[in-house]
Amino acid sequence: MSLLQIRNLHAQVGGHEILKGIDLTVNAGEVHSIMGPNGSGKSTLAQVLSRHQAFEVTGGEILFNGKDLLAMKPEEAACEGVFMAFQYPVEIPGIGNAYFVRTALNAIRKYRGLDELDAMDFLPLYREKMRLLDMDEKFMNRSVNEGFSGGEKKRNEILQMAMLEPRLAILDETDSGLDIDALRIVAQGVNVMRSPERAMIVVTHYQRLLNYIAPDFVHVLVDGRILRSGGPELALELEDKGYGWIETEAGQIAPASA
Amino acid sequence: MGSSTETIRDLTQQDYKWGFVTDIESERVPRGLTEDTIRLISAKKHEPEFMLDWRLRAFRHWASLEKAQAEPKWANVHYGPIDYQDIIYYSAPKQKPNLKSLNELDPEILRTYEKLGIPLAEQQRLAGVAVDAVFDSVSVATTFKEKLGELGIVFCSFSEAVEKYPELVKQYLGTVVPHTDNFFAALNAAVFSDGSFVYVPKGVRCPMELSTYFRINAAETGQFERTLIIADEGAYVSYLEGCTAPIRDENQLHAAVVELIALDNAQIKYSTVQNWYPGDKQGRGGIYNFVTKRGKCAGINSKISWTQVETGSAITWKYPGCILQGDNSVGEFYSVALTNNYQQADTGTKMIHLGKNTRSTIVSKGISAGHGQNTYRGMVKILKGATGARNYTQCDSLLIGDQCGAHTFPYIEVKNSTARMEHEASTSKIGEDQIFYLQQRGLKAEEAVSMIVNGFCKQVFRELPMEFAVEAQKLLGISLEGSVG
Repeated sequence: MSLLQIRNLHAQVGGHEILKGIDLTVNAGEVHSIMGPNGSGKSTLAQVLSRHQAFEVTGGEILFNGKDLLAMKPEEAACEGVFMAFQYPVEIPGIGNAYFVRTALNAIRKYRGLDELDAMDFLPLYREKMRLLDMDEKFMNRSVNEGFSGGEKKRNEILQMAMLEPRLAILDETDSGLDIDALRIVAQGVNVMRSPERAMIVVTHYQRLLNYIAPDFVHVLVDGRILRSGGPELALELEDKGYGWIETEAGQIAPASA
Repeated sequence: MGSSTETIRDLTQQDYKWGFVTDIESERVPRGLTEDTIRLISAKKHEPEFMLDWRLRAFRHWASLEKAQAEPKWANVHYGPIDYQDIIYYSAPKQKPNLKSLNELDPEILRTYEKLGIPLAEQQRLAGVAVDAVFDSVSVATTFKEKLGELGIVFCSFSEAVEKYPELVKQYLGTVVPHTDNFFAALNAAVFSDGSFVYVPKGVRCPMELSTYFRINAAETGQFERTLIIADEGAYVSYLEGCTAPIRDENQLHAAVVELIALDNAQIKYSTVQNWYPGDKQGRGGIYNFVTKRGKCAGINSKISWTQVETGSAITWKYPGCILQGDNSVGEFYSVALTNNYQQADTGTKMIHLGKNTRSTIVSKGISAGHGQNTYRGMVKILKGATGARNYTQCDSLLIGDQCGAHTFPYIEVKNSTARMEHEASTSKIGEDQIFYLQQRGLKAEEAVSMIVNGFCKQVFRELPMEFAVEAQKLLGISLEGSVG
């Protein structure tokens, strides 16, 4: 059974249709990259998968681990193992990073019927993952994302991912706003997380990130539809030719589909 | 509207859990307020002549104010006229006079405090906290008295202080909040029935938290308690008050006065967790909490610190302040005020700098949800002689939903050019994106709101004594239930 099956997904926001029939199957152990021009629906797809309620699903279905993902609230999806690394992580003033992640981890453990971790069990684990992402210990007690640089925020997302160990990780434009060093560190964190039990969906506008995180599959999303799927070579082709040729090509195949 | 919106609404609409009524026989004075009422209250309490005179002076002053319709109207709160002749000014549980031990206390009252989580019985007492329990108009029990007595610390009901320590009462009563201070202070001075009294002698550090728990039980009564705390030279005391009341449809008046006096090198830390009945979801009923609290840093290097968590009352009107008279004295005010449903709060502080190098810090956190209206009103006054005075003010508002309001009225008056003032203010709204972020990490929407609010209040909570900080966090969560919207 596939970890994630998306069938003919349609979604809209404010009466405006953004996803116009997405089909995608992701198996455990795979890394998929979703690429596409601005406004193509990449982030919407990520938000729908993490169950943001502002996006109304008007058709289709999503099975996650065989369960109806669309029937889940955001926190249920999270507890089932869906994690999203946000493009713009929000700030939570007054709440320390370590406290926050421990609360999240325990909410998920509780949902799964596991014992909650106390600070003694939690901290060594947290420290270990912080070292992996080259983060200063002082970071633990700073408020969540407050006053963080763009790079720190993204690293914090990956740190949370490493702690929460999701079955499906969605990275929404994680590369945006990162310099090359930060990009490398973030990619390293992601690569360490790759495992046969875990799938990843990497949403990105540029091919750049894929130099560091090698995807198994690349999908090109244009105007709410996946117009082309392929292997890593597709990303390179896009880098070379831009998105225009796919749109043109697709237009020739199905001229009146919109 | 997203589901987090609905959750905010559900969260702020939770019920008041302390609204039960204790069925107990009480002794009351007739409804209304005249000189006879004052004489009757004073006689019931077997007060010496000086107290009756003091009350009568206050009453005459109040009566002249009432005649002149001088009830303060400047606060940013709205309520119908209060009929001062329709209030019962004294209500006391009937009990044997002069209880020898708690075993003689009416078991119904003991059970009431147990239900409220304030056990008075010896074996269940909170470790390290001495409690004075005030039920309607009178103090019903004070714990740990003997132990404190060994150190020379006086912790007793106000009535007992008048009887046993009249000289101290005479010397300090009304010296920080005179009866002429304001309308409600005058009313309180005339009719106050009980309250707590603390005296910590020279050089003594009070080894435990002192606490008063106020409970209004009787219907149609007002509660007018008066607290007086004196920290003599080099003394230290930390004091906490908590309060609840039953659910009733009509509004009840609570007009208290608190006076703190810190002599040379003394420190007083005063914390309040105020949870009077706030009224129902439509804004019916609830306590009018019109309170005057002030501390005087009379001596050099003295310090007074106010911390308040205000979640209850239909209307709150209070400005715990500090008169910084002694050179190098320090005043602090840390406040969390939450208004939900139709609650209104106009609260803040007054810092009056008189002495040299006096310092004050104000941190105010206002949270508005539902239709709540939350006003910060603060005055910082630096007088001519206050060379080198400093003030730091931070004033933050958090809005939950789109039907509530936050208002800020800072007054700053500086008469010495060496003064340094800082004022920071912010207003923010709990966003759907913040709630979603936390939900995406596995938290339920109400847990998310609770976490965001607790983070917002952190600077204030860390000023509370440990065990009360935990209580305050829980209380905030409960008071917000039904507010996610």
